[in-house]
Amino acid sequence: MTSTVSMTVNGKQVSAECEGRTLLVQYLREKLALTGTHVGCDTSQCGACVVHVDGISVKSCTLLAHQAEGADVVTIEGLADGDTLHPMQEAFRENHALQCGFCTPGMVMSAIDMVNRHDTLDEKTVRHQLEGNLCRCTGYHNIVKAILAAHPVMKGAA
Amino acid sequence: MYDFNYRKASSVGDAVSAVTGAEDGRFLAGGMTIIPTIKQRLAKPSDLVDLAGIDGLAGISVSGGVVEIGGMARHAEVNASAAVADAIPALAQLAGGIGDPQVRNRGTIGGSIANNDPAADYPAAVVGLGATVHTNRREIAGDAFFTGMFETALEDGELVTKVSFPVPSKAAYMKFPNPASRYAIVGVFVAATAGGPRVAVTGAGPCVFRVAEMEQALGGSFAPEAVADIKIGDGDLNSDIHASAEYRAHLVTVMAKRAVARANG
Repeated sequence: MTSTVSMTVNGKQVSAECEGRTLLVQYLREKLALTGTHVGCDTSQCGACVVHVDGISVKSCTLLAHQAEGADVVTIEGLADGDTLHPMQEAFRENHALQCGFCTPGMVMSAIDMVNRHDTLDEKTVRHQLEGNLCRCTGYHNIVKAILAAHPVMKGAA
Repeated sequence: MYDFNYRKASSVGDAVSAVTGAEDGRFLAGGMTIIPTIKQRLAKPSDLVDLAGIDGLAGISVSGGVVEIGGMARHAEVNASAAVADAIPALAQLAGGIGDPQVRNRGTIGGSIANNDPAADYPAAVVGLGATVHTNRREIAGDAFFTGMFETALEDGELVTKVSFPVPSKAAYMKFPNPASRYAIVGVFVAATAGGPRVAVTGAGPCVFRVAEMEQALGGSFAPEAVADIKIGDGDLNSDIHASAEYRAHLVTVMAKRAVARANG
């Protein structure tokens, strides 16, 4: 049984026909062709599929498109302002926080939510808050550095 | 994943009639367990009835020495609640150790206890604090709620509306997490309650259980030394690739000791 699911994605009103089982990540990738959001494990462990739903980071492989009906969704494609990267994307670039890049969209989305929810951040907190995102290349050091570097920029202190 | 009908309920009554009227209906709370379960084809419901649109199921309140958490309250909300952290810090801390941030942003207390995963964290708090589970039909004592592996006292069409936790004089939860999933290999919740000390163990056996011998010893002296030499039998404990039954039995004593020390601050 299919029905129409509508939501706002990166500021645009969108609609698509979905089955009950259609996942949010399938909706984004297959219906809207927003393939920046990745499917890594499809078992809610790796975090490559993290997007923001109503300002909160979620694993879009473990959310039904129907559950996001009417929601405000932001994906990695919605962060940059034209050619100007979001401060978190810029910090990832500056700090060489990626190698193959597959986990990066989810890392960036989780990292932005983390900064939004923490007035202060230290390395231990960043590592704990990154538990939902796996990276098989970097060893995490530069990702942690990038998030710590982006925090004051996003908070407007730098 | 096999297809199913998605329904969004507008009230508890609407949700119950949608589930009971379906061929094989299931409630959908946060979806952090049921969606992966359906993906793995371990469940094949005909209908999923979403509880997220029902007003009044999600609040958190503290008054008169009782913390009340709505069935649809997310783990992240419990973790971030200043009122919970003030009344029962162990409960806020437990919620902050479930899964990962994105799982905590979606997962709910009602969904967690209704599922009763043997390695879930919340059952330890419900039993360890002597909480009461409120449903759309009745109140169920925490001690009577969890009846076996993935089994609870909930009947068809019955859903968790809230859980009330009496505030203890002190409490703590210590878990030895699986490093990949963050599920408890062993988690021990200890509390000094009005009815005496309680020790609840999750992760170790098929279902959360209390350790009477430890509770008795803590009644004499609420100190880590009181439980340090109490060993539990490994006969009924879980054994898997992550830990043998013997190792889990050992961890129960270690986590209990650490939890008591932490409760004493």
